Amino acid sequence: MSQGIPKRASGAAMAAAAVTQNIYKGANNKALVGGIMFRLLLLSALGIAMIAILAVIAWALVEGAARVNVGLFVNNPSSFRPEEAGYRPAILGTVQLIAGVILLIVPLGVGAATYLELFADRTRWYNRLIELNIQNLAGVPSIVFGILGLAFIVRGVFDLGFVVAAGSATIAILVLPTVILASREAIRAVPSSLLDGAMALGATRLQAVRKMVLPSAAPGMLTGVILAVARAIGEAAPLLLVGAATFVTFDPNFWQDGYSALPVMIYNYAGRPQEEFHTLAAAGVLVMLVVLFFINSIAVWLRARYERTW
Amino acid sequence: MKKKLLSLAAIASASVLVLAGCAAESDPAATVTVTESAGGSTTEGAAELSGSILIDGSSTVGPASEIAAELFMEVNPGVRVSVNISGTGGGFEKFCNGETDASNASRYIKESEEELCKTNGIAYDFVTVANDALSVVVNRDNPLQCITTEQLATIWNSDASGTIMKWGDVDGMPAAIADVDFQLYGPGTDSGTFDFFTDEINGESGNIRNDYINIGEDDLLAVEGVKGGAGAMAFIPYSYYQENLDNVKALEVDGGAGCIAPTLENVQNLSYAPLGRGLFTYFSNTALARAEVLAFAEYLVNETTLINTTAGYVGLTPAQQEEALAKIASLVG
Repeated sequence: MSQGIPKRASGAAMAAAAVTQNIYKGANNKALVGGIMFRLLLLSALGIAMIAILAVIAWALVEGAARVNVGLFVNNPSSFRPEEAGYRPAILGTVQLIAGVILLIVPLGVGAATYLELFADRTRWYNRLIELNIQNLAGVPSIVFGILGLAFIVRGVFDLGFVVAAGSATIAILVLPTVILASREAIRAVPSSLLDGAMALGATRLQAVRKMVLPSAAPGMLTGVILAVARAIGEAAPLLLVGAATFVTFDPNFWQDGYSALPVMIYNYAGRPQEEFHTLAAAGVLVMLVVLFFINSIAVWLRARYERTW
Repeated sequence: MKKKLLSLAAIASASVLVLAGCAAESDPAATVTVTESAGGSTTEGAAELSGSILIDGSSTVGPASEIAAELFMEVNPGVRVSVNISGTGGGFEKFCNGETDASNASRYIKESEEELCKTNGIAYDFVTVANDALSVVVNRDNPLQCITTEQLATIWNSDASGTIMKWGDVDGMPAAIADVDFQLYGPGTDSGTFDFFTDEINGESGNIRNDYINIGEDDLLAVEGVKGGAGAMAFIPYSYYQENLDNVKALEVDGGAGCIAPTLENVQNLSYAPLGRGLFTYFSNTALARAEVLAFAEYLVNETTLINTTAGYVGLTPAQQEEALAKIASLVG
């Protein structure tokens, strides 16, 4: 008997376990199916995004493979020797443009976001109006910024002329909302205890923001910069308006007119009657991806350096 | 914290350095090209010219200008020529603002543009740089050979919207395609080609049916459309037709003097009327006062055959060349 009790007990326990197991199994099955469905849904969302990107890259590879060589990067463009033409001035133009854009959007974007998030009084109507406008600006077609750039930066107030700097400024305005919105999110994600703590220890608000909040928000801000640069590098329409030429055979200078950019060249070549130029345009897409990859890898490296968890 | 801020600052200054580096780098690179090409060139005293020339305008003329610029810079390596393509209208807007030296055009300057030039004190004249035949193209399976300008007008004018929908709706079309629907491809309103065609065929610039397929400035889209559509029709520059002889078929055009095909000879002897046209580059006289611009203008005319054969355009006849050179000379005055 002394052996029987545990047996019976264990039998009862087993029965109970079986019942609970059945109950939970049912629930488990539902949860399991739901979980799988949810995962499939997420995967398909990711898949669609990936397919679109891969399709573009695959198309560019297939179409442009014949022209992928060193000459593509170091040669000057040619309008009648497509087999030798390269993107050298356009690559240099794009790198200078983007460098200018980064120099403008980092201080402006971070400054605007810091003001709105940490200093602005949200009960004031004008601060809310500014916020609303920044959000809406993100949806304005890029050609409108081109017209703005032509009227106020190339001509008018700033009167820079058709120079790289004017292109940089125009594109910077175009992508600024992205940076501001991302930077605000990044600042919001920094625990307020950091700011409060620093101030409790005697730091002024400015010191606390500069030394505690901004460095902590840097990774999120860099994400915004990466997104902005990715958009900036592919913009052709506003650049055409502010003077990026479709044919330039000399290296550009930041303050001189006569420059080109990769998307402008690709747009030009893609519309040519000759098949060879279409190949060149596809190869140009690859060049642009390489340039974008290099620029953004710097930002990704920086972001990894500043990354931290709370 | 300080260290990180410092490295942020370092990155910022590094990007400034990249900028400065690019700027500084451009000069020695330019010199290298100078010596290289100067060695290869045969023209006498060419390396003397320097400066930069800014050209903008028509997307039809642009490719030929780019080729001209490229050839010109081989002979004159000290000169920097850049070419932009913002359409005939867009080009004139900058030209009359004094922002470019020359403007490509596939039509004559309009009155409104002329006024802008006048307001800004820009005196100018145009040089005919090439001949173009606006080619009316249809699907290769279309049995039609020749079309009259009246038939074209019936198809394209603004009254045709919604009423002329099948080939059979137009008088004199072959019975084989009478039941086929039209698919009409045409350029956007910014295009000089659009202005020219509507003016010549429909009698008024801008008069066109509102239900055609607008291809903007991209003539290649029209070729693709016509290649694939049994009832398709489009009007495209001669160079686009020449590059797509296997894809589309050009109709002969009867402007009252019989059916004339868009060929090089017919364009040059002006019999391809009314769709034969000149392609122009407008020069301001202040620009022409500069030696490098003058040299480029003369180069455009003197090397017309080389430039236009390379570009797939129809070059100037000797008579046209002479006329153009005289015009340049008088502009320089």
